[in-house]
Amino acid sequence: MFRLALRMLYGDRSKYLMLMSGIVFATILMAQGGSLFCGIMSWMASTLHNVRAPIWVSDPMVQQVGDNRPMRDTDVSRVRSVEGVSWAVPLYQSVIQVKLGNGKAQAVTLMGIDNTSLIGAPQTMLEGDIEDLRKPNSVIIDIYGVQLLGRELGRPIRVGDRFEMNDREAVVVGICKVQRGFMGGPYMYTSYDRAVLYAPSQRKMLSFVLAGVQEGADAATVSARISAESGLRAYTEDEFFWSTIAWYMRNTPIPINIGLIVLIGFIVGTAVSGQAFYAFVLENTRNLGALKAMGLGTWRLAAMLVIQSLTVGMTGYGIGMGVVSLMGRALIRSGRVPFLLLWQVGAIVGCAVLIICTISALLGISRIARLEPAIVFRS
Amino acid sequence: MNDTISTSKAAALQLSGLCKSFGSGLSYTKVLHKAHFEARLGELLMLVGPSGCGKTTLLSILAGTLHADEGEVNVLGQALHAMSEKERTAFRAKYLGFIFQQFNLIPTITVAENVSVPLLIQGHSVRKALRKAVQTLERVGLGKRVNERPMKLSGGEQQRVAIARALVHEPTLVLCDEPTSALDSENGVAVMKLLREAANEPGRTVIVVTHDPRIYHFADRMAEMEDGRVFRVLEGAQDIAAHHPAF
Repeated sequence: MFRLALRMLYGDRSKYLMLMSGIVFATILMAQGGSLFCGIMSWMASTLHNVRAPIWVSDPMVQQVGDNRPMRDTDVSRVRSVEGVSWAVPLYQSVIQVKLGNGKAQAVTLMGIDNTSLIGAPQTMLEGDIEDLRKPNSVIIDIYGVQLLGRELGRPIRVGDRFEMNDREAVVVGICKVQRGFMGGPYMYTSYDRAVLYAPSQRKMLSFVLAGVQEGADAATVSARISAESGLRAYTEDEFFWSTIAWYMRNTPIPINIGLIVLIGFIVGTAVSGQAFYAFVLENTRNLGALKAMGLGTWRLAAMLVIQSLTVGMTGYGIGMGVVSLMGRALIRSGRVPFLLLWQVGAIVGCAVLIICTISALLGISRIARLEPAIVFRS
Repeated sequence: MNDTISTSKAAALQLSGLCKSFGSGLSYTKVLHKAHFEARLGELLMLVGPSGCGKTTLLSILAGTLHADEGEVNVLGQALHAMSEKERTAFRAKYLGFIFQQFNLIPTITVAENVSVPLLIQGHSVRKALRKAVQTLERVGLGKRVNERPMKLSGGEQQRVAIARALVHEPTLVLCDEPTSALDSENGVAVMKLLREAANEPGRTVIVVTHDPRIYHFADRMAEMEDGRVFRVLEGAQDIAAHHPAF
């Protein structure tokens, strides 16, 4: 009978396409919204992804990686002295203005990494070498910065180009590839000592202390010990990531806005598919009544509707996710829109589609459960 | 439900003291008043009467698709009125074949698939059901239209498909609701010839609800209804002709 159910479904092509379009549309809205949300959250925490350190130490009031509450330079040594810490280096982070040769300015996220170890340097260099940061006035810019500053300059940025930051010269010695940030424009790397010169002067300049753990030591334990002994706030990389995400969830309208998109997708999907499926059952009332009269039980009829509904749901889900993947690919390639399609997003959207299918099937089942087979004897 | 059915002539179908009403208050309508009715195995029995006399209600009750308020329904030796919904459904699937006034063929599947439905309901494999469906369609002269959609067939052909569907699982009792009302006289006669042949097969009863006098001569017996009861049963062609000279 399941084959018959599918033949009945596929036979009415216009209805089938309408049913499926509701699911496809809902899947696209929900998966797109979910992926945008994950993309935004990922961009919010991109500094963590780009710098990579087992432990991040900050001012006790800092809750997310974009927050900048400067500490004293001596805090590096305080962290270094804690048992279980193998190394500790300073990190500077700030959004500052870069003045181009033609007088135009552009905001960048300036990262000042440890002069000696270069811990926190970008992982992928497209041009130049990270060791070139030891040269005078040297900076490394990310590929997004090459495009963005290039637009302002009227030509792509090249190694050897010179900028002005805080009345000081900066020379591009390399181009790197890092994950884009959500707020601060492109990333620009230099040494810590030079970064504090490029940035507007403050009494305290240290943004974070990055720390490593000794072999065999547990990062969470060492992190807790740093917090207890230094009075600073130490996070493991994972803790800091989730603390950052939680901060944005609590303090920005992003979750509500994107949640609304996902909710609208769910409601539209349920309304369109539920209504179309109910109409499909209504149109087939006499045929379903005939099947009932011929000896097909209500449960088997219900199973047929469930099969039809699930088939529509899974096909629509597959097409919808395919479309979202292609759109995501294009968005990622453009580099302008945060987009991250995680398997968890796919799973959650799949569950939502399953709920839509269940609601649609239940609407149909409620109809056939009340259906008297005697209807077929009425003209 | 008892697995063994009676094949004695007297036990084919017996309805006694059937009452059925619909609605309540001002819309209350009593459709059947103590209706009695009997059919024998191996006959084609027609149930005739004016519109609204309760023919279709009586047919629905003996098909087990409608409950009677009072009375007993014994079909093939089984007390249908005492069966549960599940038992009645299983009984219908096994022993009854249906031909409806409006054909009720599923438009989105092929003719052969439509005919195979009763076998699929009984749990036969798709392959076996389709093979049997094609054989049955050949018997009703539609062997070359098995892969067509029902909507591409004429009304007469569609009703022949419905007959094939009603016979494919070799039911003991075939119930037909106005099978010729939507057909011209030529197609109506062709359909009745097929039903006549079906009734001639051993161990089968065909009951035809109709008010079409053009086909009365196909009946072995005729039960006449009026005001919710069977008031007369005519036996044989002479008796029927005597009371219905038009045929």
